[in-house]
Amino acid sequence: MSLGAASITDVALDTPTFGEIMRTLTLSAGFNARVVVLSAALLGVSAGVVGCFTLLRKRALMGDALAHATLPGIALAFIIAAALGLQARSLGVLLPGAALAGVAGVVCVQLLVRHTRLREDAAIGIVLSGFFGLGVTLLSYIQSMSVGEQGGLATFIYGQTAAMLPRDAALMGGVAVLTIGAGVLLHKEFSLVAFNEDYASVQGWPVSRLDLMLMALVVLVTVVGLQAVGLLLIVALLIIPPAAAAFWTRRLRTMVVLSALIGGFSGYLGASVSALTPRMPAGAVIVLTGGALFIISMLVAPQRGLLADRWRTLALRRRVAREHWLRRLYEAQDLAGEPVAIPVRQLASGGLGLGSMVARADLKLSGLIETEQSSARLTDRGASEGARVTRNHRLWEQYLITYADIAPSHVDLSADLVEHVLHPELVGELETALRDRRALPSHLPDHTEREAGATE
Amino acid sequence: MSPGVATFISLDLPAMLAGTLGAIACALLGNFLVLRRQSLMGDAISHAVLPGIVVGFLVAGSRSTWPIFLGAGASALVTVLMINALRRIARVEAGAAMGVSFSIMFALGVLLIEQAAARHVDLDAECVLYGQLEYVNWYPPTDWGEFWTLDTLRDVPRQVVVLLGAVVLIGAFIGLFFKELRITTFDPAHASAIGFSSGLMGVLLMTLVAGATVAAFEAVGSILVIAMLITPPATARLLTDRYSTQILLSSAIATVTGVGGYFAGAFLPSMLGLEGVALNAAGSMTVVGVLLLIVAIVGSPTHGVLARALRRRRLTRQIARDDILGLLYRLEEVRPDHELLEDQLRGAIGHGAQTRPALRGLVSGRHVERSSQKLFLTESGRELAKSIVRSHRLWETWLVEELGLRADHVHQTAERLEHLRADGQPIEPESPGRRFDPHERPIPERD
Repeated sequence: MSLGAASITDVALDTPTFGEIMRTLTLSAGFNARVVVLSAALLGVSAGVVGCFTLLRKRALMGDALAHATLPGIALAFIIAAALGLQARSLGVLLPGAALAGVAGVVCVQLLVRHTRLREDAAIGIVLSGFFGLGVTLLSYIQSMSVGEQGGLATFIYGQTAAMLPRDAALMGGVAVLTIGAGVLLHKEFSLVAFNEDYASVQGWPVSRLDLMLMALVVLVTVVGLQAVGLLLIVALLIIPPAAAAFWTRRLRTMVVLSALIGGFSGYLGASVSALTPRMPAGAVIVLTGGALFIISMLVAPQRGLLADRWRTLALRRRVAREHWLRRLYEAQDLAGEPVAIPVRQLASGGLGLGSMVARADLKLSGLIETEQSSARLTDRGASEGARVTRNHRLWEQYLITYADIAPSHVDLSADLVEHVLHPELVGELETALRDRRALPSHLPDHTEREAGATE
Repeated sequence: MSPGVATFISLDLPAMLAGTLGAIACALLGNFLVLRRQSLMGDAISHAVLPGIVVGFLVAGSRSTWPIFLGAGASALVTVLMINALRRIARVEAGAAMGVSFSIMFALGVLLIEQAAARHVDLDAECVLYGQLEYVNWYPPTDWGEFWTLDTLRDVPRQVVVLLGAVVLIGAFIGLFFKELRITTFDPAHASAIGFSSGLMGVLLMTLVAGATVAAFEAVGSILVIAMLITPPATARLLTDRYSTQILLSSAIATVTGVGGYFAGAFLPSMLGLEGVALNAAGSMTVVGVLLLIVAIVGSPTHGVLARALRRRRLTRQIARDDILGLLYRLEEVRPDHELLEDQLRGAIGHGAQTRPALRGLVSGRHVERSSQKLFLTESGRELAKSIVRSHRLWETWLVEELGLRADHVHQTAERLEHLRADGQPIEPESPGRRFDPHERPIPERD
């Protein structure tokens, strides 16, 4: 590393105009840009489809080993082709070399796992670094060879979309058709192997042959993707879109489609940004676009997203707080035989913090309690709801004592945890079961389901 | 000092030292990663430090060490936290969590490098991968008289000093926390139960891995870091079952890898007649490391492929010998004047290729006699055969009486158990007073 002028401010980036942006995004900004954007999108789709199955097969990082392993293949192919006097830089020479080396890398991982005591993680690391080290060594040898155009080889490491030609787009299109076709035709087989390998082999499916086909698809995607995103980042295209898609659904079919869309969109947007802005390497931008989609999915996906998760936790917490207040108030009222006001201080279990203020406001807004100064009292509806809650609590307490053999002094805590998630039907069953054993709690508030329904 | 030696000391020695020290630092830590099945954390971290390095470089505006070190450390920390958060909170599978995290960080780094290049900052993405060992130079006085003074040491290249510090620090860490590392590595649950925090040890370990990665990256590049984190410990793991031996062995292997790899890269091409070719040092060190691993895979006396194949062959041959003896003994029992032809043997005991060498061994050991293609037991062979058949029938008796298996189900199991040896003798389970096995065959008496 050496240093020139390093002021952050001395270069202004050229900002593309709106027209340029629209032209690129609509694939009408000239032939080259169209080829690049289309190829990247197709690559994203293929990787998204294949990646789903490798991710579920827990082989996500195998793709990384495979991608790194292609480097010595590229270098060797170049050396051999140069020695034979062929056009050494042509893709027809380099890509088969890359594919063979990638396959060799995967085979090495499997040999290491099968025949030594090393685990898969170590095997992947060894193959990844060993093959790549060999590749780097060979590249340094190529640098000193007396043939031209050796400089272009290093572009495979970080990718260089600018070098892509129409036939590359055609190649990616072909690969996309192939992977989607394989994904559709072998959907059942791949998902069976991914979810339950043992069952698949017991049922007579050729598990190792299916694995081999999946790996062949990974090799294909990796090799055609080398030019676009480079061998260090191609693995991201195989992992990020399916991992993002998995937040949205639990169905494999939907996941594959979503993953293909996310991958395709990352490729499309990333390549467009890269084409519009100088010094935005396409591979990195594509991966970062995918990364952004991943983070968005992680946060907002309705089923498995973090925000939805947080929301459900908060809703449960609110319900627990409500029911605690209601039960305490009801028990006090029950003891006194008439509606009584209780200081809020005694109701809030966690002290007078934000939580108790929220609970108080919540109950008041729902019309379940009335407050005067710092005391609270149940309304009629609140009393009915309090009866339901207390009833659930006591039924569950009694159930634990009767059936689960828990000492009476220990049940309160456990009852506290479970009573909030009892469904009305379950409460009915509890009641029947306890009545059959003549073990109904003696002090059980009356509460009919009609009232419970009214307050829900 | 002759010019050749001076060149060596200026150009080769510091580079070799930096590479070797980097290899040792990584290998020491790698032992725990390999044993904890976290090998790929090293891979993830060494990719993920890239954005931190670039930011540190941009902020400092120079290649001074500390900002880069801090930046790299920060992004390593971010990555480790991100991986953990993805696994714990978002429930993403471990491999995918790593893949997502490090590829996003690495892509960010690549982007930042390109952006930095726009500001005339010459930061090369490739040097991060390959390192720049060839720029680690040292120019001490060329006169031996002036050489041996303390002033000479002042000019030792920064990278060598940093890496030496890393090795000392990591060595001290392992020495101090030897016990804690061992228990949290092999039995984290037990460790937590008796009050050692596995999580804390894991965090410390990851911090050191990040530190080693950063210390090593400038000189040797991330590829050598990944290789040295995994390959020497993996090699050592194939050579020993002892934890402490493995750690020492892995650092020895790392040393050999560093020195050997450097020489192979720098001098091998010209020795092979390829003048003017110098191979990338980090690359050739990686290759030498892998070659050593291959040697260990094939030749390790305990876990090597060759040793295991030999052991398996020896066992197969012993089983074939036992079966030949047993067969002859049983034939004698039924018909003392039996005629077993050598050609029939293979079909009769079914050990394929091992039958013939096993028979040859028996004949040359004078346990079996061969006359005109027919096979007979000699006196010593009969004794051996008797002990095997005795073991077989005692096992059958034991299986029926002690385990309550049915008499027609025990032959297969006994057929396997008769080959077990204790002190070179077939094992004889106790069935006092028994003279016949469940199939009413006499159990041969021991003499």
